[in-house]
Order: sequence, then C-alpha cells, then structure tokens
Amino acid sequence: MTYFPDEVVEHIFDFLSSHRDRNNVSTVCKAWYLVEQLSRLRVFVGNCYAVRPERVMARFPGMKCLTVKGKPHFADFNLVPHDWGGDALPWIETAARCCPGLEELRLKRMVVSDESLELLARAFPNFKSLVLISCEGFSTDGLAEIATHCRGLRELDLQENEVEDHGRQWLSCFPDSCTSLVSLNFACLKGEVNTSALERLVARCQNLRCLKLNRAISIESLIKILARAPNLVELGTGSFTADHRTEAYQNLLNAFYKCNSIRNLSGFWDAAPRYLQAIYSICSSLTVLNLSYAPAIQVNDLIKMIRHCFKLQKLWVLDSIGDKGLAAVACACKELQELRVFPSDVYGTGIAAVTEEGLVAISSGCPKLNSLLYFCHQMTNAALITVAKNCPHFTRFRLCILDPVKPDPISNEPLDEGFGAIVKSCKDLKRLSLSGLLTDKVFLYIGMYASRLEMLSIAFAGESDKGMVYVLNGCKNLKKLEIRDSPFGDAALLENVGKYETMRSLWMSSCDVTQGGCKALAAKMPRLNVEVINEREESDEMVENPSDMHRVEKMYVYRTLTGPRDDAPDFVWTF
Amino acid sequence: MEAMASYVKDTELRLGLPGSDASEKPVTRGGKRALLEDESDFNDSSPEEDSGRRSVVASPMAKAQLVGWPPIRTYRKNNFQARKAETEPEAVGLFVKVSMDGAPYLRKIDLKVYKGYKEFREALDIMFKCFSLGEVSRKEGSNGCEYAIIYEDKDGDLMLVGDVPWEMFISSCKRLRIVKGYEARSLKSSQPIL
Repeated sequence: MTYFPDEVVEHIFDFLSSHRDRNNVSTVCKAWYLVEQLSRLRVFVGNCYAVRPERVMARFPGMKCLTVKGKPHFADFNLVPHDWGGDALPWIETAARCCPGLEELRLKRMVVSDESLELLARAFPNFKSLVLISCEGFSTDGLAEIATHCRGLRELDLQENEVEDHGRQWLSCFPDSCTSLVSLNFACLKGEVNTSALERLVARCQNLRCLKLNRAISIESLIKILARAPNLVELGTGSFTADHRTEAYQNLLNAFYKCNSIRNLSGFWDAAPRYLQAIYSICSSLTVLNLSYAPAIQVNDLIKMIRHCFKLQKLWVLDSIGDKGLAAVACACKELQELRVFPSDVYGTGIAAVTEEGLVAISSGCPKLNSLLYFCHQMTNAALITVAKNCPHFTRFRLCILDPVKPDPISNEPLDEGFGAIVKSCKDLKRLSLSGLLTDKVFLYIGMYASRLEMLSIAFAGESDKGMVYVLNGCKNLKKLEIRDSPFGDAALLENVGKYETMRSLWMSSCDVTQGGCKALAAKMPRLNVEVINEREESDEMVENPSDMHRVEKMYVYRTLTGPRDDAPDFVWTF
Repeated sequence: MEAMASYVKDTELRLGLPGSDASEKPVTRGGKRALLEDESDFNDSSPEEDSGRRSVVASPMAKAQLVGWPPIRTYRKNNFQARKAETEPEAVGLFVKVSMDGAPYLRKIDLKVYKGYKEFREALDIMFKCFSLGEVSRKEGSNGCEYAIIYEDKDGDLMLVGDVPWEMFISSCKRLRIVKGYEARSLKSSQPIL
C-alpha cells in the first residue's frame, strides 16, 4: 500500500465511512495519517471536553460535517446540574474561523444559545444541515436567524430540545427563494407557527421528504400540507385532532390515500380513534411508527392499526399497549428490529401495564429484534432466559423495571441469571442497561461474556466493589460506564486506573467513592479529568474544605487532551 | 474526627432510596439487607396476589423522592405531566367538590355524568335535599329558588353557573358552592355584591 500514490490511498479511504475505521487507518503509518487527515470530511467528537476545537480543525482542515456531544448521558434524567457546561459556542466560533466550508453540524446534549445560532447562520455560506438533539439554551429567535440567513438549507432537525417560544414568526423567515428543504422537524416546539407560511414553504420545497410537525398543528392544517407534499417519506402528524367535527375525516382519508411514499410516522399527540382509521391505507408500507407521545390512543385501536403494519421495523409505544397489545405486535410485525415501550404513568404507581409476558411474546414472534428499551413493572429470570434464546441478535438491550430493586416476583431471586443469559447469548451486545434486584454475580457474567459491550448503565445494583471490578477488568471494549446508587467505592475506582484512558467516560453518583479516592485517581492519571460535582444549598464549612473521607455525590471522569476545562462552574471541582 | 465524619454522613443530601445507608460496609448495603428481609414475608403468598402489589420500596412517596428515576428524558416527562393535567378528567370522570353554606360536610359530584344543566341541578337538588335545599326551593314560589350555584374556575375566579355552554362549564369548573339567602338574592338580581 505504501507504493500507491496518495490519491489512490485517499480513494480507498473514501470507502471507510465509520470514523473508527478512519481512526484506525490513521495510526498505521505517518503517510496514511497525513492522507487520512486531509481527506476526512465527517468528524465525530464524542465528548466536547476531550479535545479543543482548534486542535480538531487543525487536524481536519477539510471538515464538512461535525458532530459534537456534550453533557453526560445521565443529564437526561436531571442528574447533572443545569449550568454544568457543554457550550456549543466555542465550536461554532472556531469553525467559523478555521472551517468556513462547514456544511453540517450535529449537536447532542449541548447548550446552544441564540448567539451561537446567529453566528452559525451567517458564517457558513454552504451550510446545509443542522441537527440538534436534547439541546437547550435557544429560542425561536435563533431559529429565525437560521431560517433567514442559511441559503440552501436542506435540513433543520430539532429532536427533543427545550426551546423557548418567542413568537410564531420564525417559520415565516424562510425566504420565498428557499426551495431546498429536504427535512424539517420542529415537533418539539411548544408554540404555534404561522400555518399559511408553513403551507407555502412546503409547497415550494419540492424535495421535502421529512416533515415533523408540532402539537400546535391541527388536522385541518395537516390535510392542506399533505396535499402540497404527497412525496413525503417521514411524517410527524401534529396533534391529529380537529377543531371542527365536519368533513375532516374524509379529507384526511383522501390526503393519506395520495401519500404513497410514507414509511415513517410519528406525532399523534391528541389522536382521536376515529381519525386513526384514516391511516390504515399507509400502515402496510410503514417501517417506523412512533406512538410514544400519544397517550390518547387506546389499546384496542392500537391493535387494529398494528395488524396492518406487517413491514414495521421500528416501533415506539407507551406501556398502555399492555401484554395483550404486544402479543398482537408479535403476530403482525415479523420484521421488527427495534421496540421501545415507555411508561405512561411516570411514577409507576398505576396498574401494571406490561410485564415479562409481553416481552416474551415479542421475542418469540419477532426473531429479528436487535434493539430494546422496555419499561415494565416486573421481570423474571425465566422470561429473560427465554428472550435470550429467542433473540440472540440484540445489540442494544435496556430494561427498566420501575421499582428499582425488585427481584423476580415468582422465585424471589435477584435477576442475575436472567441478565447473565442475555449477555451470554447476545454476542454482539453493544449497549446494556440493568435494573431490578442484582448482586455482584451479574457483573461477573457481564465481565465474562459481554466482550463487545461499549456502554453499560447500572442503577441500584451490586453488593461490593467486586462488581465494578469484574466489569472494568472484563469488558475490553467498554467506552461508557455510568453508575448510580450502587455500593462501589474507592477500591473499585482505583483497581484498574489505566482502563479509563481506553474509555470515553465514567459517571458515578450516589456511590461510595470518596474525595480521597477521586484525588488519588487524578494523581495517578494526569490525562483524565476527574470532576466532582458539589451541589449545596447553603454554604457550609465542610463544603469549603471537605475531608478526603467525605463521600462524593457525583463524579464524572473522562479522558482528555486538554487538561481541566476553563469553563467549569464553581460547583464543579476538577482534581 | 470520626464524630465529624458521621455527622457529615447523617446530614448529607442523598439520591439513594430513603432508609438505605451506604456507609455500612463491607458486603451488603444496610438498606438492601433490610429490603431483602422484608421479602421473606411474601414467600407464602401466591404470585397472582403479589404481582400487582409487590413492592420492595416502602411506599409511593418513597418512589417519588428518587431523583432521575425512572430514567425518562426530561422532555418526555414534561410532555406527560402537562398532558396528565389536561387529559385526566377525560379518562377518570370529573369529580368536583360541592359545598353548601351551613352544611356540616361537602359532597363530590361527577360532572361527566350529566348531559346538561337541567340534570345537573336536579342531581344537586337530590344530593342536598337533606340539608333542606329542596325545601327552600319549594318554599319561595315563582322563581323557585332561594339559592344560587357558583363555581370556581381554572383561573380561581368565582362564577355563576349557567352562563356558558355546558361543555365549556365542565372543562373549567374546579369546585362548586351553593350559596343561600342574601348572597343568592344579590346574584339573582344581577346586582354587584358590595
């Protein structure tokens, strides 16, 4: 390979789409490193504090697409204080200086201000695609900037962000000359938009294939929009409820009849059963169906709809579907690969909606299942063992039993054997979340069998330091480990310190790690940032100078090339 | 020094299960051991009885104190909390308290059950007959009532029942009150109460 000219090597590298593969080839030799760095177009930064933006853009001057992730995953569940960090502005500012040819930006769990969006809108003449997932800090004013100044924008995808509503005019800011939109997702916005501006925008963007409306859009508007965009492939329906009871249903039926290309449906926030029937005509071509924001849909209507969805590959529902509904899914959806069942009763005090039976039914009816997120009220070892046997192809397995330390209700045993069966059978398992009553044994199994595991989430599990050590010593591909409320302390933390440089990050909260343990880790491993988050309401002498024996409430450890970050708020201490 | 350390531990804010204590070493957490002991009480009961009710955690209150549990994204949780407030009446019936001046206790009435104001007033009549509401209404002759029904709406304002369409009324009524005597007469005559 070293005898080939650079252009040939570069061309060969073009076939490598994964950033991991490109990272690997760049370490082979200096020549390959140089060819690879100049030709990398898509750059992925898994932790915004692992490396400085300047360094990334110096190495990859040809960067066209940048993905950056900010806060740790447990920020999704309110475990990370609001102003912990993850500001996107440094990345956008540096890109504006060093890579003005940037075309795509994808940010996850970052703080994005309106100022950042304004800079983004003006600094990149070829900008085509903005994807924001679980971000916060911006308002519809920032979106107005994007709409106004990004000529040639193809994609604006806002997924589950907290967006402040400053009025309904941002959508009207797309100029009449804008005809390039392919994908527009504003489902997470709470406020109203100018519906006639939206209809005109949809009409002139003939390439529009993905449109996800927010809850403020009624069926009447949806009907008009569908009439102007019959080639949509992905649709988020808006509220799916009508303001007047008149001919909406027949018009809706006609509108959907003309939309032969729809493969992905979501929305249905206030769906009334009578309107659901209008979509039966397209159910048989659906590959993705997300009903997880539609608590108004009753299980019998759901079952009637599901029966038509025999090509479905991805299904997101609420647990009101019940074991009975899941059995119907198992009968109808033989192509199912991903299932997510969310709790409809957030505090779990209601009637048991789905149990282990629903999961077993799915596993026996859907052998292609490889990704699961399942919130339930109980689980048994027998069920998990059956599921492991039926579905050996899991790459993602996340089980959440709402009662944090619940054992197998039939045998009274911990769920070690059940999860053990999963990791033993599913050799490609990359992501695992545990729950229920668990001893150190489950970690022994995980360390022994889960060799491809990259991300592990632990809550209220284990009995001693041994549990955590089994995982650190065993899972050679582990990248992210997040633990809460488990009895792992300094001995576990310090047992295999070199491991953390092979991982992206470690999160531990409400465990038994002490300040002394954190300091010792930081001292041994200078290329890690050991951050301790200290939240206190009143100032307290103990807080100012706590002893090393003081238990640490929240700790976040990550490998980094930059040393301690300079934007850490005063409640974050880096040792 | 040790006393200080234990003081610190006692007063620490925690995210763990109430009653569980991480400081006990070596093997099992104190809390968990206690929880496991409770399990033995359940051994004799049948699976059917237990499946719905069995909970190792002490009470729903305890569950509600766990930060970040169950692990659902804030965005999704907010979505549901907002809508639970809106949709609960649809699902479960619309029970509001009814108080009557002078009555020793209140009643509750399900507004979903009635098709309109007429049925509703008749039901109230029957409900409060024992407090002489009915007698009062029969006594007065022509307009039939010496009482008025008022309600508290979503904004906390006191409104006279009957001004808005029935559907709108039941969606905004939070609480009912039956007023008698002077206040009722003032309302009926549309004079402002000073």
